[in-house]
Amino acid sequence: MTAELPPGLAIQKVDERIMTLNVGPQHPGSGHMRIIVQIDGDYIVACDPDPGYVHRGEEKMAEYRNYITNIPHLERPVIHDSCNALYPYVLGVEELLGIEVPERAQYVRVICSELNRCIYTMYWLAIYGIFLGHSTMFMWPAGDRELLIDLMEKISGARVTHAHFVPGGVRNDLPPNFEEVCLRQVNYFEKRIKEYAAVFYDNPILISRTENTGVLSREDAIRLGTTGSVLRASGVDYDLRLKEPYDVYEELDVHTNVMKEGDSYARSKVPWLDMLESCNIIRQALQKMPKSGSVRVKLKPNPKGKGLDSVYKRVESGRGSLGCHIVSDGKVEPYRLKLSVGSFRNLIALPYLLKGEKLGNMPSVYWSLNYWPVEADR
Amino acid sequence: MSVIAPDFKLSGFIKAIINDAVWFLLIFSLIGFPIIMMILFFIPMPVIDGELLTPFLAFTYLADPTRTLPIVQAFMTTDMFKIMAFPGFGFAALLAAGTIFVERKMLAKLQLRVGPFYCGKIEGILQLAGDGLKLISKEIIIPAKADKPIFWAAPVLFVASAAAFVALIPVAPGWVVADVDMGLLAVFAVIGFFPIVTILSAWSANSKFPFIGGIRALFQMVSFEIPLILSLLGVVMVTGTLNLSEIAASQSSFPWIVFLPVGAIVFFITMLAELERIPFDLPEAESEIVAGWLTELSGMMYGLVQLGTYLKLYAFAALFVVLFLGGWNGPMIVPPFPMELATEGIELGPVTAKIGGLEPLLTQVITQEMLNGTLMFVLKTVGVIFFILLPRGVFPRIRVDMLLDLGWTKLIGLAFVNIFIALALVYAGVLGPGGLQ
Repeated sequence: MTAELPPGLAIQKVDERIMTLNVGPQHPGSGHMRIIVQIDGDYIVACDPDPGYVHRGEEKMAEYRNYITNIPHLERPVIHDSCNALYPYVLGVEELLGIEVPERAQYVRVICSELNRCIYTMYWLAIYGIFLGHSTMFMWPAGDRELLIDLMEKISGARVTHAHFVPGGVRNDLPPNFEEVCLRQVNYFEKRIKEYAAVFYDNPILISRTENTGVLSREDAIRLGTTGSVLRASGVDYDLRLKEPYDVYEELDVHTNVMKEGDSYARSKVPWLDMLESCNIIRQALQKMPKSGSVRVKLKPNPKGKGLDSVYKRVESGRGSLGCHIVSDGKVEPYRLKLSVGSFRNLIALPYLLKGEKLGNMPSVYWSLNYWPVEADR
Repeated sequence: MSVIAPDFKLSGFIKAIINDAVWFLLIFSLIGFPIIMMILFFIPMPVIDGELLTPFLAFTYLADPTRTLPIVQAFMTTDMFKIMAFPGFGFAALLAAGTIFVERKMLAKLQLRVGPFYCGKIEGILQLAGDGLKLISKEIIIPAKADKPIFWAAPVLFVASAAAFVALIPVAPGWVVADVDMGLLAVFAVIGFFPIVTILSAWSANSKFPFIGGIRALFQMVSFEIPLILSLLGVVMVTGTLNLSEIAASQSSFPWIVFLPVGAIVFFITMLAELERIPFDLPEAESEIVAGWLTELSGMMYGLVQLGTYLKLYAFAALFVVLFLGGWNGPMIVPPFPMELATEGIELGPVTAKIGGLEPLLTQVITQEMLNGTLMFVLKTVGVIFFILLPRGVFPRIRVDMLLDLGWTKLIGLAFVNIFIALALVYAGVLGPGGLQ
């Protein structure tokens, strides 16, 4: 009996031709993880993603804090997408406590959620650009997301990690004149990201580099359990905002963007199309939102669940389905909290996609999976 | 945080400086100056303008321009000056430094940034000096299993190869370090050194990422050398010479890009690949193989390679100018020097100041043609460098298989098309004897 060694430590007998590359954790093209890649010349014969370098024990930490003090740390895994990261938890706690959320608060949540989705996707797109050696595509999204960060700062007071969603609504009402400022910024933002097509998405070198690389077929995408933009890029029309509408999404006109190719070009284009759709949703929500009213239900101090109870809620985050399972035993803290994140589900597809690819395709295929290392480790 | 030490006193500082200066002057005048004189006594000094260059007249030379100017003229015609200063290393390094600054600022403007901003107060002009000082002061770390002599030698060899390339470039009529008849062949020979130096550095580092980067660099440089050489054959056919000065001089009425645009395009693309610039920067592809063959280089070794890279960039741009854009030829825009000032002197009221050695210096060394040629050459080179830098803001990196496909099929095919165009031009009598040029 030999002890089971972690991947990468075990001495494997391999062919003389095969070279093992440790891409990461200290590598400009890996993020907070390691990809163990075995290459034969320029071709990848095996790939073993090794996440876990930024594991923080969020789920265990949640068992020692009450329902309100869990808010700031549960958004830490994705600080760029913090409203969406917190959304399923807040929805679940509301169901546990039996709270009705005011309609204005629901619209504010939708606006915050869509703004955060754009902020996250812009950051993701910036890294995708620099992974392909396109430095302009690194700087432009990183600069343009400031527009939306400023909006979120006006709403919540923080540039990232807003902690704005609370059980029973949102923390604060929108600032005065927010609707006009938001409409102006979002319109300009939409105009800017449409310009990205000229420099990035229609760039012949980019298309020839990413087309037909890392192709994930429709069947494989479903079988491997991928979600979000990866699933939609493989031709599956699945968006939780439509399939399981939460808050006021059923009153809004939401369209999904589906591409059939399933290659890294499609996977990189779907989030960009989603951003354009987010701008539409924000405009609709601003129009339909009640102009005044309460945004928060007053909670009792230290709210408790009613006896042994469990709830599972999920939302469409920037990386796909983000689920939160809360088990309550009637105390002020949750008995168990489980997060099911899109990043980890998408990462599972990586070894299948990279096998047989060229080494030069590794960064584009890897990052097109819409993967956020910190969220996957939780 | 203040930079100045808290117990700093200006009076003490000045006192210390005066103290040091007095001691320095004392020791220099008592020991240093006699030693210099003794050494110079045993060295045979050159004879300039019938007069011996003697150290005993050092202060006279400083005060009397009629004695200084012939010495300056004699120095400017030496090989030492050519190699170190004007057409050679100093001039190229100056243009390379300008290139780095322009690249940073231009790319920053393209990407909605400001670029270097604080160092040197005005738009960060001293950023490069700051970077150089940082690189010099950093520790040089050598991998434990590296082949140390070769690893040490590779950056130096890289700069040496780039400097050898620079030496072959004619800047103005007669101003070239090495004016060889086989100039273009010598250029090809020097370009052939770069892949060897790269693979030496990559292999000797004994590390995986440099190894992959070095192999990629080897693929890229070797496969693009063929279209590079073929694209220049058209120019050789229409001029009938390999001497770069003669090729530049032959374009006095038309630059060759007018007749051979295909060759110019092929040469430009191969140039980007040889220089490892985006979109062909695969050997340094950051997200795949860290920094490619530069991964294990640290401190000033990395700085030397960067210096060599930008010298190479200048040399390639200059080669493009010499071969396709007419080198130093261009409209005469530098005004002639008013010669009567040199021959008859300047009248300042009752005094007439006449400087003796000025006339031969201005008619033989710093002539109007030389100044104008240098100006034209620099303007064209800067323009070409601008177009070499521009793709960095627009294109992503391409892949090895696409690169090799481009080099081996498309570019070689286009280079042959260019050769046929050149042949047609020569045999139809458009160029050559009786033709346009």
